[in-house]
Amino acid sequence: MFHARNLEFFRDWSALGWTFLFPFLIVAGFGIIFGSKDYTEYKVGVFPSQHEIIQYENIDLPSSFKQTRYIKFIGFKSFEESIEKLKHHKIDFLVKAGSKSHEYWVSDSSPKGYIVERLFKGSLFPDAPNLSEKKEIKGNEIRYIDWLFPGILAMNMMFSALWGVGYVVVRYRKMGVLKRLNATPLTAFEYLSSQVLSRIFILMFTLVVVWVACNLVFKFRVAGSYFDLFVIFFVGGMCLSAYGLVIAARGFSEEFTSGVVNFISWPMMFLSEVWFSLEGSPRWIKLIAKLFPLTHMLTAVRRVMNDGAKLSDVSMEIAILIIMTIISIIVGAALFSWNK
Amino acid sequence: MIKGGVKGDLFESYIMNYLLEIKNLVKIYKEVVAVDGISFSVSEGACFGLIGPNGAGKTTTIEVIEDIVPPTSGEILYKGKPRSSSFKQEVGIQFQQTALLSSLTLRETLKIFKYLYNKSADIEEILDICNLSEIQKRMNDRISGGQKQRLMLALSMINQPKLMFLDEPSTGLDPQARRNLWSIIRKIKEEGKTIVLTTHYMEEAQRLCDEVAIMDNGKIIAQGTPGQLIKKYCQDISIILPKNSIRFSLSKSPFRFREINGNIEIRTSDINSCLNLLISEGTDLTELVVRSPNLENVFLNLTGKQLRD
Repeated sequence: MFHARNLEFFRDWSALGWTFLFPFLIVAGFGIIFGSKDYTEYKVGVFPSQHEIIQYENIDLPSSFKQTRYIKFIGFKSFEESIEKLKHHKIDFLVKAGSKSHEYWVSDSSPKGYIVERLFKGSLFPDAPNLSEKKEIKGNEIRYIDWLFPGILAMNMMFSALWGVGYVVVRYRKMGVLKRLNATPLTAFEYLSSQVLSRIFILMFTLVVVWVACNLVFKFRVAGSYFDLFVIFFVGGMCLSAYGLVIAARGFSEEFTSGVVNFISWPMMFLSEVWFSLEGSPRWIKLIAKLFPLTHMLTAVRRVMNDGAKLSDVSMEIAILIIMTIISIIVGAALFSWNK
Repeated sequence: MIKGGVKGDLFESYIMNYLLEIKNLVKIYKEVVAVDGISFSVSEGACFGLIGPNGAGKTTTIEVIEDIVPPTSGEILYKGKPRSSSFKQEVGIQFQQTALLSSLTLRETLKIFKYLYNKSADIEEILDICNLSEIQKRMNDRISGGQKQRLMLALSMINQPKLMFLDEPSTGLDPQARRNLWSIIRKIKEEGKTIVLTTHYMEEAQRLCDEVAIMDNGKIIAQGTPGQLIKKYCQDISIILPKNSIRFSLSKSPFRFREINGNIEIRTSDINSCLNLLISEGTDLTELVVRSPNLENVFLNLTGKQLRD
């Protein structure tokens, strides 16, 4: 069964290609976006201007505001045209060029507008920056890509485990494959074990290939041990595959299973700090995040990769993942049905 | 004399050489009685047919015996004892409809199933018996209906089973593919395997089965060899002639007759007397057709309806 499932995966070229391509494209995309100096976070409209693309030297605005990074200035011919863009949040801030009273417009409901407003007001007092002193981060800086990369890989593992185990087994049940296997001496435990082991093999194989390929481009900095990272990814992959078993335990409907997988995977993706930190979030959100294996897996992986932690330092996360795996396997096996 | 209990069952099985015994089997789905207290026994080496129209309860019966579906009540004995964990090791099963693990060749499919059993047959031999050797490297989802049924048959033989369950093995096949499949099943029979087969093709049952049980509405309404059933429930032979070839009034004869699509069908158990009468009355026998009774007629006589109603 283990061999059969592996053959099925590796012979499905479209799924195989996507499994490798998806994480690579995401990492590459974010690397390009955040690595580029042209990256824009805030858009400021300026009127009146004859050209949409404005040369900095031609704008009559405080120089410190013009030199702020991540701000793009967009020119508009008239106030009417530009205010419409502001109303519809196409731009974050609107300023009248050459106005002695520094007239500006901003939407009170726009968080980005609020930030730009503060920057703009600050730039009107050129002496203010001298009141503070910038200090450099000592030691090795953690690049954004080094923080993001483990999250992308873990997210890819999560989708692969939940769909590859949960969805596939339900599809097999619907097609009658499980019924045929039930007519053989194969036990439910043997079948489910083969599915999990096959998925773990595929997950780890994918992980290594994607890591090596991405590393050629981005030269990741790994402060800890590669072996420790492998162990954490392995335990995390086991746990995610076991979650897939619970989804696969019952049911015929592919649509329903698809909904269940999305219902689990999307909150897990957003609350497990794949994309952004939950620092400062309400306590109840952090508690929900603790229910997801991805949270513990990512915490451990990032500590090893970014901070150089050892396995003993992340033993709590590993223990939680193992306990979650055991519970999921027991529940999945107890609920499993070949036929319904 | 030993009576009742497992000892009694063992004794009876030993004397009668039954491999499989079904006693008062009942299967109820919510409010639908799919199988209604049926009993039958299958001797070792025999081909036993469960025949009847769609929805008669044949597939449910066979799936309960196969241990795929639990029975509501009743007793199933294999070799005189309740089925044990080794039952699945010793039986081969072909479902009416099934799907296989995808992205595998025919040979790989057989190999994967081979590993699921303690005892297994030689793959080359199975491929040869089922006429699959030439397409063994083809993907299992890229074969014709007839080839797929032969692959399913091959899978049911992979563990060298003593007992095989074939559920509607030839449904959906063209006549040539069906005859091809029958010849393979006959080869399997010649090897001495016991077969339980369901079908709604009477010709299939008559050609392959040593004994049949006719099912309708979850019950067995008749049981015996095809010959016994025909003799018991349908003795009349049909003589069919064009209406205009008969030059006398049949109503004055002792034979039953009816008109069907411009032909006259005469039904009689005494074919010699009937033919003598037709000849003596100067009937043109050029287009005469004599049709022997078959299981279809048995079912019609028993239930008053056609098998494919």
